[in-house]
Amino acid sequence: MTRPEIEVRGLHKSFGDNEVLRGIDLEIGQGEVVCVIGPSGSGKSTLLRCVNLLEEPTKGQVFVGGTEVTDPDVDIDAVRRRIGMVFQQFNLFPHLNVTENLTLPQRRVLRRDKETAAKIAAENLARVGLAEKADAYPSSLSGGQQQRVAIARALAMGPEVMLFDEPTSALDPELVGDVLAVMRRLAREGMTMMVVTHEMTFAREVADRVVFMDGGVIVEDGSPERVIGDPQHERTRHFLSRLLDPAMAEVEEETSDQVGKSEP
Amino acid sequence: MTDTDTTLQPKKKGLTRRQKRSLSRGVQYAVFVAAVIAFAVTADWDRLQNQFAQADLARQMFPDVITLALKNTVLYTLSGFVVGLVLGMVIALMRLSSVGPYRWLAGVYIEIFRGLPALLIFIFVGVAVPLAFPGTEIPGGTYGKVALALGLVSAAYMAETIRAGIQAVPKGQMEAARSLGFSPAKAMVSIIVPQAFRIILPPLTNELVLLFKDSSLVLFLGVTLEERELSKFGRDLASTTANSTPILVAGLCYLLVTIPLSFVVRRMESKAQEAIR
Repeated sequence: MTRPEIEVRGLHKSFGDNEVLRGIDLEIGQGEVVCVIGPSGSGKSTLLRCVNLLEEPTKGQVFVGGTEVTDPDVDIDAVRRRIGMVFQQFNLFPHLNVTENLTLPQRRVLRRDKETAAKIAAENLARVGLAEKADAYPSSLSGGQQQRVAIARALAMGPEVMLFDEPTSALDPELVGDVLAVMRRLAREGMTMMVVTHEMTFAREVADRVVFMDGGVIVEDGSPERVIGDPQHERTRHFLSRLLDPAMAEVEEETSDQVGKSEP
Repeated sequence: MTDTDTTLQPKKKGLTRRQKRSLSRGVQYAVFVAAVIAFAVTADWDRLQNQFAQADLARQMFPDVITLALKNTVLYTLSGFVVGLVLGMVIALMRLSSVGPYRWLAGVYIEIFRGLPALLIFIFVGVAVPLAFPGTEIPGGTYGKVALALGLVSAAYMAETIRAGIQAVPKGQMEAARSLGFSPAKAMVSIIVPQAFRIILPPLTNELVLLFKDSSLVLFLGVTLEERELSKFGRDLASTTANSTPILVAGLCYLLVTIPLSFVVRRMESKAQEAIR
């Protein structure tokens, strides 16, 4: 195999006294789809946000496509152009319509001319099945449609890597499928993807590898059959049982779930 | 609710809650009507009419009160608003800057110019600026001076409004822009500020109404006949005719602009309320 597309070495991240990541080592190869699972507060979103430096790591190194993202002298805007990111809350620009959401970044950041940007926007909207929503404003779209536009917006920049931060967690259950279908197609086309998710079916079916995190460390890393189907660690088994059958969960004492709450 | 209340309360208290409420409302109406009657009876309507509502005097003021005075008021206001908006934007961005001295300087500016009466700023611009920079003339004569004075005052208020607007844009917008490769400055200009302005359009329009009234302070700069605005125009005429009708007409001209503007602000506010996600 050639050099990994994403490489994380000895990554630590603290928010004040709260150590959210306690030494992460991870490699993701070209065209590989890696799903990161784990209880809330396990640091999986923080890890993802460290990859494109939305969070600055406290210690350690991150490489994307051979460039060190954590190098203080790196042109971070240039690196980020190669990394697409999809957020839980979509974060479409509400003052722009769908097409403008896709064209403005291309024109301002990549300096593409108007026609090229419009053409690439149309192609990518078709790719996520929303060509007919080109002139709609985000507020008039369903959550699932907004998330697909967000994916198209990231794709229009021609990224080499896509990061997904719980892309379906803010969606109504019946809208999850459309977004996952787009992601599945993207995976089949050979995109390198790092996906933080709670969708076990998606992880089992699409991922090449599943990484289970808990308490700021990687507990298990392997094929979906092994990590989800036959977990080796008690913590993984415990998490999966609660996830697959939440109604059966017992009331517990405070556990590592509470470690490192990074998001509000 | 009322049932349980009455059963819980001892009977001798007399009035029920409902009765108390209607009694209280009746008293409020009575006080209002009494005040209106007292005002109508005690005011000397003949003298008031004589002093403030001479129809022929009012007629004499047209068309100058519109073509000259109102026009100048609008001109002063708009030029002050533009200067204030540009300056306010700069100060708001300084206030949010990561460079300490910029934040500090912007804070000092806002505190000083919000804390001083606009009148003092006008005198300062009229007297101190020519003294401090001898030989330099503020471009545009009186118009330039008014634009500067009103701009200096309103910039302080607008800077705070703009800053609040920028901070009201959700954090995810900046993150999305940055992750697409926007530099912080580009993201601010093309993503954050346009959204901030939508949020602050109503308070900015309010500021315009305030400026409209503050433009009357121009009389402290000393103006020529052609540069007079509504207040000065009305006062001058009032003193030459020894009658206050021109003041009333000038006042009505202010309302002619400010009331529709306030109406527009209310409309925008209710629209913005609907648009909230």
